[in-house]
Amino acid sequence: MTTTAAELREKPAKGKSNSDLIPGLAMGGAAFLLITLFVIGPFFAGIWYSFTNQRLISPNPTEFVGLRNYTRLLKLSVLPLEPLVDEASGEFLRDEEGNLVYPRSREFTRDAENYPQYAGLREWFNIDWGTTRYVILAGDPIFMRSLVNNFFFALVVIPLQTGIGLLLAVMVNQGIPGQNFFRTMFFAPVVTSMVVVATVWRYLYDVNNGLINEMLGSLTFGAIGSINWLGDPRVAMWAIIIMSVWQGAGFQMMLFVAGLQQIPEDLYEAAGIDGANGWQKFWNVTLPGLRNVMVFNFIIITIAAFQLFDQVLVMTNGGPDNATSTVIFHMFRVGFREQDIAYASTIAVVFFLIILFINFIQRRVTMEGGS
Amino acid sequence: MTATRRKSTSLFSKRTQQALALGLRYIPLLILLFYFTFPLLFMFASAFKSSNQAIFADLRSWRAFVPVGDVSLDNFIFVFENSNFLRYILNSTGLAFITILLSLTVNSLAAYALSRLKWPGQRRILAIIIATLIVPGQVTVMPLLLLVANLPSISFADGIHITKGWLDTYHVQFVPFVASAFSIFLFYQFFQEIPKELDEAAMVDGANRFQIFYKILVPISGPVFATVSILTFIGSWNSFLWPIMTVQSDELRPVMVGLQFFFQRNVQWGQVMAYSTMITIPVLAFFFAFQSAFVKSIASTGIKG
Repeated sequence: MTTTAAELREKPAKGKSNSDLIPGLAMGGAAFLLITLFVIGPFFAGIWYSFTNQRLISPNPTEFVGLRNYTRLLKLSVLPLEPLVDEASGEFLRDEEGNLVYPRSREFTRDAENYPQYAGLREWFNIDWGTTRYVILAGDPIFMRSLVNNFFFALVVIPLQTGIGLLLAVMVNQGIPGQNFFRTMFFAPVVTSMVVVATVWRYLYDVNNGLINEMLGSLTFGAIGSINWLGDPRVAMWAIIIMSVWQGAGFQMMLFVAGLQQIPEDLYEAAGIDGANGWQKFWNVTLPGLRNVMVFNFIIITIAAFQLFDQVLVMTNGGPDNATSTVIFHMFRVGFREQDIAYASTIAVVFFLIILFINFIQRRVTMEGGS
Repeated sequence: MTATRRKSTSLFSKRTQQALALGLRYIPLLILLFYFTFPLLFMFASAFKSSNQAIFADLRSWRAFVPVGDVSLDNFIFVFENSNFLRYILNSTGLAFITILLSLTVNSLAAYALSRLKWPGQRRILAIIIATLIVPGQVTVMPLLLLVANLPSISFADGIHITKGWLDTYHVQFVPFVASAFSIFLFYQFFQEIPKELDEAAMVDGANRFQIFYKILVPISGPVFATVSILTFIGSWNSFLWPIMTVQSDELRPVMVGLQFFFQRNVQWGQVMAYSTMITIPVLAFFFAFQSAFVKSIASTGIKG
């Protein structure tokens, strides 16, 4: 993209520029029209809808609602709760297990007359500090959960997929017989449709008759083997991570292979003369040589991580207990299933801003590397 | 292999040592090979096993990855007889074919107009098209859904009627995706590399812009046409979310959506795997046949979408 921008600046407009207007529009017109109608139009329409109450099918006219959708999506608040006190003794009330008893947060969020600041909010999670319980309220706790899930997914997948991709690339670039075969096989999952992949893995993860539990059971003589991969909120996201890395690592491998082939052989020879061993060569020649590919990889995995959707839809439907819900999945649920286009557009706008921010960081990092 | 070569007086000859070292390199590769192939091997193998019981019975051994034992084509026959499989395949093939054809035409022409003709507004339009590359499809999908639901549609069944809405049609599945900023960008970059003198020479010979395009540029632009074809094919064949949202009729649906049919109740995994196998084989076969072109195309997308 940057090269094209540079080319644009270099090219001065020439004098006899009118000559190709007719053929230019005749040849490019169809594409320009279609892109305007199906990409640019919906993009601006989406921004507009996020300030309205637009629905997919509605008898009522669309109304402008200002920032209402954004408030609902992003509003956060903290509700401090003190434990209930036993009026007779003046001591804190405790339940059978000895835990302090707190009033329910719903009593505050529903009591709009006395607590207007909590109206419309719902409990997201809570933190105990001393005897006080701080309840974090959110306008849309499922969105917040989805956002956190996306960040968690990205945080785990980025190093994992980059690392495995690099390992694969180094292994299939040693010049050993058959390396093309391995390269092909490692890349095959990338070509396979995510819907098929997610369907097959859904069965692999089955708690009762799934291949993965059976294999774990065989390998550990029954010690491990009844993990409810997709049904347990604590492991469901890990299950999606393992499958996603399986599907995507081959793609990183290919980029790293291309990068490895750019590193001049004499750098390794020079390092060898200086007495470097294999590990030192990797650390001092290979890794610096792959720096640009590495940055590119980080960026595309990050952006892909925020687009996480197909796997979730096919494997878990966002569950259990929203543990695998993601921003795009939430957008789909709200926009298509609940037909609330306005609120879904608001999620899309926020998602777009996140992607823009990642791109911005990317540009900063790449520029620093170039100077 | 190593044993026969053990002739030298030392424990291992130099050649043996080299062979051993080479062999050791394959151990991690083979472990990784297993990790990256077992789900697909399992899919292929299970497709031939006649019942859930037959699949369950093999799970704890190597038999899970090989079609052995209680093997038959029953699952494939079931898929053909009880789902609209042939219809789905025809739909997907037809949609992929028409999308590729239109997208090659529309996008290469636009890239030509942007890269080799001089006209006012050209640079601004190029900049706008490149700017749209930063917008992920997910951002526009909901307004796009609303848009296609309201676009007028002409029907020719008993007289000409204009109806409202593109939902539940074939054209809603490809028209919005024919023009692609990314394909234009790929064509543009390729055309920029071709010397402009070629055009000028042809102009002197009296060729017009269209003739230059299809007589000179198209024949030497094979690689970029292949790249765009492959990317368009993968995108079209794998499309899932958009047809779920826009198509209700079973007979209009593409293959990926058809997979849902098998998840109603009492999932028979053999049938699911048979269906998955049949919709994956075309893509994998193309991939094995045209590997380097495939890898180059996908790598050029940056993000696999």
